[in-house]
This record gives sequence, structure tokens and C-alpha cells, in this order.
Amino acid sequence: MEWTTNAAGRRVPNEIEGKILTPFAGPHADPRGNAFRQVRLNTRPVAERGKPDKRVRGWNDLLDRLDIRDGATISFHHHLREGDAIVLEVVRRLAERGIRDLTLAPSALFSVHDALLPYIRDGVITGIQGSMNGTVGDACSHGLMPKTCILRSHGGRQRAIQEGDLEIDAAFIAAPCADAFGNANGLGGKSACGPLGYPKPDSEHARRVVVITDCLVPYPCAPWAISGSNVDFVLEVESIGDPAKIASGTTRLTRSPTQLRIADLTARFIEAAGLMREGFSFQSGAGGISLAATVFLAERMRRAHVHASFAHGGATKVLVDLLNEGLLGSIIDLQSFDLDAVRSCRENPRHIASDPYISYGPRSAYCVANMLDVAILGATEIDIGFNVNVVTHSDGILRHGIGGHSDAAACASCTIITAPSFRKRIPVIRDRVTTVTCPGEVVDVLITERGIAINPRREDLRERAARAGLPLVDIEQLHAEVLQITGRPELPRFKDRIAALIEWRDGSIIDVVREVE
Amino acid sequence: MSATLMSETLRYEAGLCSSSDCRVMFQPSWAGCEVEVHSSVERMFGPAIEALAREMLEAYGVTRGHLLIEDDGALEPVLAARIETVLRVAGFESQSEQRSARTALRFCKVENREPGRKDRVRWARLYLPGNQPNFMINADSFGADMLVFDLEDSVPPDRKLEARILVRNMLCSSILFKKSELAVRINPLRGSCGKEDLEEVLGAKPHAIVLPKTASALDVQQLDEELSRLEGKYGITKGSVLIMPLIETAEGVLAAREIAGASHRNAALLFGYEDFMTDIHARQDAVLDNGLVQSSQLGALLARQMIVLAARVCGIEPLDSVIADISDNEALKRSCAEARQIGMGGKAAIHPMQIPTIRACFAPSEQDIAWARGIVEAYEKSMSEGKGTAVQASSMIDAPVVARARRILQEAENKD
Repeated sequence: MEWTTNAAGRRVPNEIEGKILTPFAGPHADPRGNAFRQVRLNTRPVAERGKPDKRVRGWNDLLDRLDIRDGATISFHHHLREGDAIVLEVVRRLAERGIRDLTLAPSALFSVHDALLPYIRDGVITGIQGSMNGTVGDACSHGLMPKTCILRSHGGRQRAIQEGDLEIDAAFIAAPCADAFGNANGLGGKSACGPLGYPKPDSEHARRVVVITDCLVPYPCAPWAISGSNVDFVLEVESIGDPAKIASGTTRLTRSPTQLRIADLTARFIEAAGLMREGFSFQSGAGGISLAATVFLAERMRRAHVHASFAHGGATKVLVDLLNEGLLGSIIDLQSFDLDAVRSCRENPRHIASDPYISYGPRSAYCVANMLDVAILGATEIDIGFNVNVVTHSDGILRHGIGGHSDAAACASCTIITAPSFRKRIPVIRDRVTTVTCPGEVVDVLITERGIAINPRREDLRERAARAGLPLVDIEQLHAEVLQITGRPELPRFKDRIAALIEWRDGSIIDVVREVE
Repeated sequence: MSATLMSETLRYEAGLCSSSDCRVMFQPSWAGCEVEVHSSVERMFGPAIEALAREMLEAYGVTRGHLLIEDDGALEPVLAARIETVLRVAGFESQSEQRSARTALRFCKVENREPGRKDRVRWARLYLPGNQPNFMINADSFGADMLVFDLEDSVPPDRKLEARILVRNMLCSSILFKKSELAVRINPLRGSCGKEDLEEVLGAKPHAIVLPKTASALDVQQLDEELSRLEGKYGITKGSVLIMPLIETAEGVLAAREIAGASHRNAALLFGYEDFMTDIHARQDAVLDNGLVQSSQLGALLARQMIVLAARVCGIEPLDSVIADISDNEALKRSCAEARQIGMGGKAAIHPMQIPTIRACFAPSEQDIAWARGIVEAYEKSMSEGKGTAVQASSMIDAPVVARARRILQEAENKD
């Protein structure tokens, strides 16, 4: 196997399983730009006259007509989160039919999908492209997946589907609300989830597209997030999932003093650095620190009479309240986390449902993330070169997907990583991250409970933060201090075999994840 | 048979297998020395945990027994404290003459800590339960003027030993605790528990000891003597460990003046609201007609004022009690404003979230600072011109006003 050291300083193979790989060349270098091609996989014969009959009689009828064979690639979305029942249902039924060697292409998996493990052990699932979380990631790290898996960001996944890097044989789209033509959205029905944008690239490019719904409404189901013109079959089922786990009832603010401290520093930094200007925009997730940072930032906006033009990413009650208060001009929403956000998405025209191409598309003519003044993101590890890891833990085991992390970081004008400097005894700041998912060039600021470290590339931010008297720290000193507290952890012991590739959003390889011993 | 019987009957345990803590168990046995580690951070720290355990066993001269550690990411001082506890309860003593004893000792000695200073600002002090390491680890990052490690009410009676060993080890971590003043609330000296607390933690050089349920000058004098003895034992500058009597009974309130003046070590006089209200059979905060809960702690107003007077007479700071409802920031603000109004110099926090509010209330405002600067400048100008008195904005500036202004400017330096 031939290897190249890429622009992130990582050794990556030049080819794997017969496929030529392109090493990462820089966050905006686009080394595969010349190879760019758009493949539309699902062109169909010219339609006949009159109304189609896309409805199938049941699962067996559906699977007969889809004609899925050994080695096929099937895709799913993650809008139903912990409440999803469709991924397991499909895999179970295909396994019963004796299908093997499947590649799963989910936009994300949740712990409910830990139940896929037996199918991985039995060889029904032999590879994953997209996102690996929890037990499935663990299984991949331990070498249970015979094919080399690929981890992509939301934007990267959209690009890979659009360009034909990821060819999907059948896309299974669970839809909270749909009509018999296949138009679908997430706004209505008992399993309402808000936006339904993640499966949009799947619906446009997969060979066969299925909409599965537990709420069939008369044609047309509008506004459609998924257009029926891309849908081959519609299956009506009793239930697509557990509504209680699809959108949580409430989003509670964290009480962890460490998280609150980091959130407070984050809001103070955004104001002090001059990012909190009239009409600015931000992205902040639904995790403990992000949510609290949003609350604290809103307090500062209120005090300073500053309004944000929009907030991007996942939507929660916290953002919805700000929208209704008038502090936010609009929400551009990829997924709604709680019932307030779902309702707002349905009822408020300024609550805009998005999809991965519009939000993060690497080959779009710029995306929503480019319009962000500031993105507040997390990390499992960050190193003294500001490189970030969001997929593996320090023990080398895969446990998370990339999500929109790389896309937001690479596009926003200022990227802030918020993280405790250590978790329990595990240092978060490392001399070298276990896996690079995002290069330090696009990470501007690290905010921890022990102070704010600013990338030397951003002298402008450092000056403003210093003038405001914020607690600034040098990232190398902070790293040394953390090691004194925790002790130096043993490095993970890896085998030679590559378990997964980490793709940068342009399709180049930024790092690999090796099988652990 | 006897070995089995022994292992079933004799088992020593310390700590909890919860976040940033560990549960350590020791069973004597006839066979050799075994260490078993189960840890959520095993891949990264398994060998380090086992090495520490072996060092500790050697330091305590243990040659036989089974040590089981169930760990969820405890830092070294925590692990060492839990291991030390079980070994001591099992009857082993530190073999301080051995080289390996340095291992055990590196967690109970602290170098280069500045001794306590009486004149520090103590606007916000944060109470930390003495047996919960996860609350302690980042406590220095939250901006509290003082951290109070509590060995009294927050520690159940059967956990006193492990808590005081834990607090001692944590206090010795000069990397975790760099900014805040460090105090320990011991158990009352009337029982043996308080003395054992002192004996254990004083080597870790806390800046101050908080003495709960102080009822008389005698209580303070007794602590003073005990501190002098231990300062000798641990080689600490005589008289450097400060005392903060905590008054929380009617008897204590009536003796406040004598308590405040009972020792030159006294640095502040603290008030404990909850215990005091119980002691005088007072009802808790009344619910007003409009449904709002009164925050003024009215039932203790006289007691708090007496503490202010007693402390001020003796030139030390009176410090107010806590507001237990951590979610009600408005009540905290009102309570702080009121405490300041009656002359209190600071307030306690039971959650770090409360610290910024408390500090903001007790710190001089921009207006205060501007006023003080004006006064001092006008005064110094007139002094340099040889005038005996100064006038600013047609008001006479006399000595107490200048003193108050100077104090505000001094305090302003402590602001964030």
C-alpha cells in the first residue's frame, strides 16, 4: 500500500480496495475539483399517461419490487433520532430474505441503532458510509466491518451522493407526513419532526426511492421537503417510530458549573470580539454548552439592543423563543430537537426548513454556513495546532459522526470550539488529536473553563478579547497544565488495518481510523 | 475456610463509583498482594492506576490483601485518598521511613502556598461538599473569592474519614487550586471529629478554618490553641492559619462581640441562616399576599445586624449566609443588595452559578469608583496645597469619607 502525508500532516493511503484516493490538500484546495462530475442516477423511463400507482401493499410487496441484492447500498436519514423504527425494520426484513453484504448509508445513527450489531456480526451489514455512532462505531473500530467504512460530514455526504462517490441502490425515507404520490414532509402527523431535508440528496440521486409514512394525507402533501417526482414507491405503515423519542418535550438548560462557565465565556467572547453586531448570524448546537451559550448570548443582545439576522443548524425552544421575541430575524433549520421547534417550523414562515445542499453543500455556489458570522461547535479532542477530532475518543474508538461540524467550521467567518479542557480524567486538549476531522486552519478559538485560547492566525480576535479583559491562555500552556492534572494518557494501540476513512467535505482523505487492538 | 470467612466478614470500602470518583475496596487475605482495576478510562490510565495502587500498598507496608478499584475517571489525588482510607481503616500505617512513602506523601504535602491574609476580599465564598470530588475539580475556575471545603453538614457521619483525607489531598493540589482563598469547614470541636479534621487537613495548609456552631469565645480560643499546636507540628508559620467563626445559634449571636474578638486569627464572622432559624423556632420565608416569596430573610435580620456590628467593632468582615434556591437569580440579587445595605461584606454560594451575581452586587459599581476617585483626588490636591480640609461639589470631605473612598478603590482592584 502506498501512502502520502496530506496537508493535515496525516499519513493516508493512495488507494484502498481498488479505489484511488485523493489526499487532503487544505480546507479549500479542492484537489478533486477537476474530477468533478454530476451523476444523476435515478433518471427513469418517460412516464405513461395518467395517475401513477406508487403505493405498495406492504413490506413484502415493497421489498419484492425493490429487488435488493447482496452487496447493495441502502440509505436512511436521522430525523427520527432515538425514535426511529425504520432502519431496524428494513435491515431485519432484508436479513430474513437472506440478503447479505449490505452497505448502510445513514446520515446519522443513534443509540437505538445499537441493535444493528447482530446484523453486523452475521455479515448482513458489511460496511457503512456516512455516520457511525455508539456501538456501531465501536464495532467498526474493532474490525467487525469487512469493508472500509467512510465517514462524511452532512455536506460531504450530500456531495458524495451528488457526484456519484456514494451510489445508493435504495433510499428508505421515513416520512411523518406524505401523500400517495410520494410528496413528503416532517411537519404533520403523530411522528412530526420538523424539517425533512437530510434525505433530499438521496431522493434525487438514489436508484430507487421509497417513502414510508404513518400519516398518509390527500395529494398534494405540501410544502414538500421530498418531492414525489423523485419517489418510486410509497408504503403506509402503522408507525414509523416512537414520537416521544423523535422530538423531546423540553430542552432543559444545563446546571453543570463547568458547562455554564464555558458558555458564559463564549457569550462574552462573541460580544468582546465584535462579532455581535446588528444583523449578525450564528450557529450553535443543542448540546449543553451550546444551548447555554445561546441563552447567555441572547441576554447580551437584549442588553445591547442587537438583533441577529438568522440562526442556523438544529432548532430548539431556546431559538424559537428568541425568534418570537424578535431578537432573531429567522431560523434556518436542518432538524428540530423539541416540540416547540417542530410547531414553529410548521407555523412560522420565518422558521425556514433547510437541507444539506442549501445549508452545507460543498459544491453549491456558497451555502448557508458561508453566511455565518460565528459557529459554536464542540469536539472530543483538539490539539495544540487547533486540529479538531469529533469522531473518535482518546482510546481510538469511533463513537460519533461528523455531522455538520466540518461544514460549519470551514464556511463560517469565525469558528469557536467549546469544550472542557478535560473530561473526568481524559484530556481534551492533546499534543496531537487521535483523528483529524477538521484542520486547525479553520478553527479560530477554543473556549474552556480554564480560559480562551486563540489561534495565532487570528491576531485580530486576540487583540479584541485581550482589550476586554477576557482570560486568554496559550494553548500549549493549557495543554501542559491539563497533563499535570490528569497525567499523560496511554496512546491507543492500533492494528495496521484501516477501519474507516475520514473524508473532508471536498472528497479528499483527511485521516484514517485504524482498527484497535 | 478461615480465609473465606475472613474475606466475607472483613471488607473495607471508600468512595463511590461515580463521575470523577472511584470506589476502592480492600480485603485482607492470606495470599499475596493483588490489585484489580476496573475503570471507564482503563485504556488510557489502567496501568497508571495500578502503579499508583502498588506504590500506595508498599508505602503502607501491605504485603497481603486484595485491593479492588472501580474507577470512573478519578484524578490521582482522589484515587490516592480512597486507597489511603481503606488501608488506614484496615489498620495499616504509613511507613514514612521507607522511600516509597513519598508516593503517599506527595498528596498530603503542599509547597509554596502563601499563608492566609486577613485583608482579602471575600464577596463570594463557594461551599463544596467534602466527599464529592467532581464538584471540587474545577471549583477554582468559577471566580469565587473563597472556597470552603465542607466536612460538616454535607458529609454523612460514616464518611467523615474518607472526606477529610480527600479534602487534604485536593488542597495539596496546587495546580487545581491557584486563585481562590482556601478554607475548610471542620466539624464542631466539641466532639472528637473536629479535632481529627484539623489534624488531617492542616498539613495541607488551608488559609482558613471555618468553625461551625460557634457559641462562645471559648470555642474560638480552643480552636486557636489547637491550630498553634498543629502549626508547630506541620512547620507552618505560627498564627498564620485564619479562623472564621460561623455563628448559627441564638447563643452564638448573643456572644458575637466576644467571639469576634476572641482570637487575633479571626478574619471574618460568618452567619448561618438555616441552622439559626431552626434554633430560634422561626418560620422560613413568608409567602406574601401576591404569592411572591419574600427573600429578605427577615426572621434573622436582628441577628445579622448584630453580627455586622460585632465584626465591624473588631475590624473583621461580616459575611452573610446562602440563598438555597439556586434557580431564583432575582431573589439572590435582592438578598445580596439587602445584605450589603445592612453592612455585610459578602455572601455564600452553594452553586457556582450564583457567584457572578454575588460578586457583581458586592463589588463597587462604576459610579462608586468614579465617586471614590473624585474624592481621593480632591482630597490629595487640597492636602498638597497645604489646606486642612477639602471640598468637592460643595460638600466637605472629611476623614471617614476619604477612608471609604480609598477602600472602594482598593476593592475595585479585585473586580473582574
